[in-house]
Amino acid sequence: MALLARRNLFHDRIRFAVTLTGIVFALVLIIVQFGLFLGFTTTTSNNIDRSNADLWVVFHGVGYFDTGRMFAERKYYEVLATPGVGQAEKYIQNFALWKKPEGGVENIQVIGFRPGGGMGEPWNVVQGNLADIKLEDGVIIDDLYKEKLGVSKIGDRVEIGDHRARVVGFTHGIRSFTTSPFVYTSFKNALNYTRPQAREDQLTYILVKTAPGFSARKVQKNLRARVADVDVYTRQEFSERTRFYWMFTTGAGLAVLTAALMGLVVGIAVVAQTIYAATMDHIREYGTLKAMGATNAYLYRVLIEQAVWSAVLGYGFALDVAHFVVQGSEKGGALILMPLSMKIGMFFLAIFMCIAAALVSINKVTRLDPAMVFKG
Amino acid sequence: MPTETTKQSGATLVIRARGLSKIFREGTNEFRALSDVDLDIHQGQLTLLMGPSGSGKTTLLSILGCILRASAGRLELLGEEVSTLPEKDLPRIRREAIGFVFQGFNLFPALSALENVALALDVRGLRGAKARQMTEELLAEVGLQDRMHAFPPDLSGGQKQRVAIARALAGNPPILLADEPTAALDSTSGRSVIELLQRLGHQHGRAVVMVTHDPRVLGYGDRILRLEDGRLTREESRGQVQPRVQHFPAAQAAANFTEDFRAEF
Repeated sequence: MALLARRNLFHDRIRFAVTLTGIVFALVLIIVQFGLFLGFTTTTSNNIDRSNADLWVVFHGVGYFDTGRMFAERKYYEVLATPGVGQAEKYIQNFALWKKPEGGVENIQVIGFRPGGGMGEPWNVVQGNLADIKLEDGVIIDDLYKEKLGVSKIGDRVEIGDHRARVVGFTHGIRSFTTSPFVYTSFKNALNYTRPQAREDQLTYILVKTAPGFSARKVQKNLRARVADVDVYTRQEFSERTRFYWMFTTGAGLAVLTAALMGLVVGIAVVAQTIYAATMDHIREYGTLKAMGATNAYLYRVLIEQAVWSAVLGYGFALDVAHFVVQGSEKGGALILMPLSMKIGMFFLAIFMCIAAALVSINKVTRLDPAMVFKG
Repeated sequence: MPTETTKQSGATLVIRARGLSKIFREGTNEFRALSDVDLDIHQGQLTLLMGPSGSGKTTLLSILGCILRASAGRLELLGEEVSTLPEKDLPRIRREAIGFVFQGFNLFPALSALENVALALDVRGLRGAKARQMTEELLAEVGLQDRMHAFPPDLSGGQKQRVAIARALAGNPPILLADEPTAALDSTSGRSVIELLQRLGHQHGRAVVMVTHDPRVLGYGDRILRLEDGRLTREESRGQVQPRVQHFPAAQAAANFTEDFRAEF
């Protein structure tokens, strides 16, 4: 039975190639769509997820990262004085205008943090030195936005607001979900770059690390009790709120998710059709097997084994193609993520899709009239 | 399956049919393919089912092979009444008692001759070295020991049919049902196939039932059952048919029909 299943699959190479193509197309479509969705959701909350902070203190009513509101710096000291707070850092998030060296302006999001504080810093610095942020006017941007911002190397000079800025480093892989790239700099520089919205005695967020022996929940509770006019979220909570806003409240993510689900439906339909067609090509053989006395269970096993082989081989090829697509996306504006969990999930999805498609054929085969084998 | 059967003329009765009828219904239309067919098939005999197209030969063969259900009547195979068995039990009957040989060979093109026969054993749960040995013996039985590893596209029509016969013999069934096995073959191949089927009946004690239009095989049959419009109209035994002829072009074979058969063809 195993031999028949394999041989029938590989015997007609063109048919097999068509079957595999259908499966690979379906899987790549699903991987790309879900990968895009994951990429988008990750991008919206990257700065929160990578902040190294346990808690985020935000102006009361601020729902998500990109709409931070400035509030009084004295809240920072209230936070510091709260039991359970091990470390607190001031953080700026605000929009500004970047003037390119060759002319033209771009909207940017300025992210200001205390260099050496260990929280709110950019990550994956591939050129330059993070410590150089301490230098006057030092800024770090992502290499994805070099062209957009009109810079190409460390040392390039620009203007942000009415202040000078100098590129001291490039990161790789820090995307902005909005059209405004992130520009990382020191807290002091950030205040300058975002005037007049930002005043000297203000900040946008306070990042908190809990003291040893204190849980984030406990410190959150303490902060809520002691610091007025702010909201306090755990890192995960603030990340989820930000993701939810961009993905579902704006509808952007819903559109991507809908596309992902459509990809799943289309994928299943494509696989069902190709496997069904491949089974119908061999319908006479199944009729012969029935005439020979094969039980329905025997036929199921042949069909399911073929489905599993198709799934495994299709998955292998799909993964190769998907890797290629994912690598290509790294250079573009839309990130496609394919974490290990997705790869594993896709494997089981491939098996499920192919077996489900085979079940459509099984119905046809088990209801097959074995007398058809007598027809010439 | 029970092996005790009614004996008649010293040969064991393997198929007993009484009052078999088959009606096909499509919407409000009805077509009566078989009407009240009674027949007995014995072990060790080659029985030919003949008749014009649409006379019900293949329908009768399908019913005898438990592939189709009769609309009415009783069918016993090797003493077991199969006409009232549940549908789910019929594959067992086919595995244990019946081997099929088809006009179009119905071999699996992706499998070699050896693997085609092995598949029939696999369906019966026989695998491994013992199954391989049985497979090789079956192919040797039909004279294809040198072509075991050939694939169907590389075999001649006669060789394909012999592989199909070897496959039908897997499981050692007491009944072989053949649907026009020589129709797609030239005279030489056809003769070798019909001689093989006859030998399987006479020497190995099987009941071989063959549907055929081929006048060349008349001389090989032990009994000829004639169907017309779904009814059994004539039955002749060996003494009444022309003797088997060894070298016989088709035209000369036609000239040697009995008066009745000549009138038919």
